[in-house]
Amino acid sequence: MHEAVQAGVLGVLTGGVYALMASGQTLIFGVMKVVNLAQGALVILAAFLSHSLFTAWGVDPFLSVLIIAPLMFALGTAVQWLLLRPLHQDDAALLSLLVTFAVALGIEGALTLAYHTDYRTTRPAYVDRSWRIVGYQVGEVRLAAFALSLITLGGLWLLLSRTRFGRSVRATVQNPVAARLLGVETARVAALGFGLGAATAAAAGAVYGMVYSFNPNSHYDLISRLLSVVILGGLGSLGGTVVAALVMGIASSLVGALVSPVWSDFSFFVVLLAVLLLRPQGLFGARLRGAL
Amino acid sequence: MSGPPLLEVRALTKRFGGVTAVDGCSFAVRRGTITGLIGPNGSGKTTVFNLVTGHLPADSGQLVFDGRPVTRPDPGRLYRRGLSRTFQQPRVFGELTVLENLVTAAGHGWRALAGRRLGARDAARGDGLLAEFGLSAHRDTPAAELSYGQRKLLEFAALLMSEPALVLLDEPTAGVSPAMVATIERHVRARHASGTTFLLVEHDMGLVMRLCDPVIVLDGGTVIAEGPPDDVRSLPRVLDAYLGG
Amino acid sequence: MRRWPGRYGRYGRYGPGLAALVALAVLVVFPLAVSAPWLVTIGLFTLMYAALASAWNLVGGYAGYPSLGHAAFFGMGAYAEAIWWTHRTAGSGYGPFWTLPPIGLAVAAVAVPVAWVAMRTRTDVFAIVTITFLFVVQTLAFNLRGLTGGAQGVAMPVAPFAPATFERPFYYAMLALLVLALAMSYGVLHSRLGLALTAVRGDEDKARSVGVPVGAAKLTAFALSVVVTAMAGGVWAYYLSFIYPQFAVDPLLSIGMVLMVFLGGRGTLWGPVLGAFVVAPAQQYLAYRFGASQLYLLAYAALFVVVMLVMPRGALPTLRDRIRRAEARA
Repeated sequence: MHEAVQAGVLGVLTGGVYALMASGQTLIFGVMKVVNLAQGALVILAAFLSHSLFTAWGVDPFLSVLIIAPLMFALGTAVQWLLLRPLHQDDAALLSLLVTFAVALGIEGALTLAYHTDYRTTRPAYVDRSWRIVGYQVGEVRLAAFALSLITLGGLWLLLSRTRFGRSVRATVQNPVAARLLGVETARVAALGFGLGAATAAAAGAVYGMVYSFNPNSHYDLISRLLSVVILGGLGSLGGTVVAALVMGIASSLVGALVSPVWSDFSFFVVLLAVLLLRPQGLFGARLRGAL
Repeated sequence: MSGPPLLEVRALTKRFGGVTAVDGCSFAVRRGTITGLIGPNGSGKTTVFNLVTGHLPADSGQLVFDGRPVTRPDPGRLYRRGLSRTFQQPRVFGELTVLENLVTAAGHGWRALAGRRLGARDAARGDGLLAEFGLSAHRDTPAAELSYGQRKLLEFAALLMSEPALVLLDEPTAGVSPAMVATIERHVRARHASGTTFLLVEHDMGLVMRLCDPVIVLDGGTVIAEGPPDDVRSLPRVLDAYLGG
Repeated sequence: MRRWPGRYGRYGRYGPGLAALVALAVLVVFPLAVSAPWLVTIGLFTLMYAALASAWNLVGGYAGYPSLGHAAFFGMGAYAEAIWWTHRTAGSGYGPFWTLPPIGLAVAAVAVPVAWVAMRTRTDVFAIVTITFLFVVQTLAFNLRGLTGGAQGVAMPVAPFAPATFERPFYYAMLALLVLALAMSYGVLHSRLGLALTAVRGDEDKARSVGVPVGAAKLTAFALSVVVTAMAGGVWAYYLSFIYPQFAVDPLLSIGMVLMVFLGGRGTLWGPVLGAFVVAPAQQYLAYRFGASQLYLLAYAALFVVVMLVMPRGALPTLRDRIRRAEARA
């Protein structure tokens, strides 16, 4: 029983990080109606950058977010503006999806050239420290990561609900045509939205790099999980994404502790399968046109 | 025309969040009629179509088509049972030629997938419909190259490949030239004369008055009047529905 | 009125069947005419990619469902072949080729339920599900050690062919698969299945509402595509005689298939072949000279983006349009 709760606690903390990674994805889907297959690669890119900053200049990974986030924001905005915005054909959705996939590959290729294929982890001094809270072990890094996720998601929520930019984003998400008619520059919103999604990946990546060992190929594993989370939550629902991330974090952690770590990965696929079979719109998503 | 109605809609209800688009709607379409379905904007007409054909799941209510209850309406199954519909914005297969569009709608099941792409019988029936609708000249043109009005005609013609008993037309004359309106009217009458029943959603009151009998009036998702066009048009509650309040 | 060239519209046959026969003759004679085995190897892999691309085209091109995880079926075919033969002798050497058709059918049978679940969704979610499936199969390959040997891989008997002409039987096996894939594509195109798939690709909802058997059409295309893909995996396994999970179930293979089809022209009969004949030899040559796979990741990524932005319908349809426009002006 103790094990199960311990796994559950770990799961909540992990879920927080998934929520951060997946929120960027949901945001991008909201403004562009395109699933960003490069989200995992962006997280891994950030993990590598954070790792390099740490090993070369001793920059604490949490602080490195302040450096990496603006860089990735710029990268994301540029990618959307240069590569995705020009796609206007009838099957632009499909082409955009494949272009994001190509971006993921490009990032993987560049990372492999720069860093080769060895696995690495960012290990600052406190990485193995843990606290005992009410009899359960809570890793310091994971706790800090969870806190970072909360702060970032909170900041994102404030941005979306309180600022003019946030309103433009929400308008574009709900009804791009109406938004444009009301003067919202949806093209710019889409680009900035993508940039924002990439920036959240920066925070997630710095954290991911401390908790897991990664190499350029890790983005496939990551994107599969992120996609399961996003589909479970319902494409386009930020709240749904957060809930789904927590659910998946707990579920995979429980499976890992009670069954075997190998099958923990599988729980994502099983959940994805179940969602598609039973409730394709996910927990909170709306039924979009066409199946799902 | 006597006998049981071809289509019976009983207490159909559909809610979207807080809005009840269709509210306990009940009506019947008798065989061999061109029944009109009118009502002000937002009265739920297209939603009713979507519920009847299964494009949207209803929250409650029953459907009976051709004497048999429809338990879970599915567009494909209903099509093969003889109920077809057009869409407000004509939907055709742009990459296929006009003839191919017709053949695709022939309603063959999965067992026929191995057959020839344009079988002789299908092609012959298709050519027949093309001649009837005056589209023979465009036989091998990709549907994407047709004008809006021609696409509406094509969509209508294609449905007839399956020899439906009931055709639901969703604003067939919206956005087309007066000449095309006349053409469409002509074809509806001709098909009606050969026994096809129609249920027509329309805003063109002149057309409705000329063509439809009976006329069903919808407002706020429910039926408020039903009867011959001349009777219905002067009912105070119908005028109220259209003029506001 | 404008008449489309060919009786079956834009996706009909390119050039007379005669040109195809000539090409086939050239391909048949090729390994007998060249002396360097590495050239035959390049030819072998090019034919393999051409067969894979044509097979992928049935699902990604005709039906419009871009499967990004097809390499999983290639891997399943490879493992099936290797596991079957691992403790047997190859005898005359042709036995392993005869087990290919049953393997193709078996993997296709497994693929049908997977496809059924995956195709209940929009095309972008479908792409996601297939990537996830690829990852799952690769994980299974690594972890079901009792069956697949895990990271150690599986060995199969080395083919007893003469070293000087070792590649030839494999080359011809791949050529046979390419012919099979093209025959399937041609058959599908000229059948009601092809018509149904084009309708599904264009407007799946509308197709359903006019009684097109959408589910059966999609599943059939998927199954046919997997048969060829799995058989190619089997030939590949026999050629290498030792397979490892990260190479048998390799996302780069999926990516290659997609790229080749998009480059050549998806939904066309010859587009995938063209794409393969352009990309595969280049890829093989680069592998031979530089041996570095990260280079082709970058090259694939760059080529992908260029194709999407500049020539999204692929080379053949774009060329066709240019020719027609030139003719119209003349």
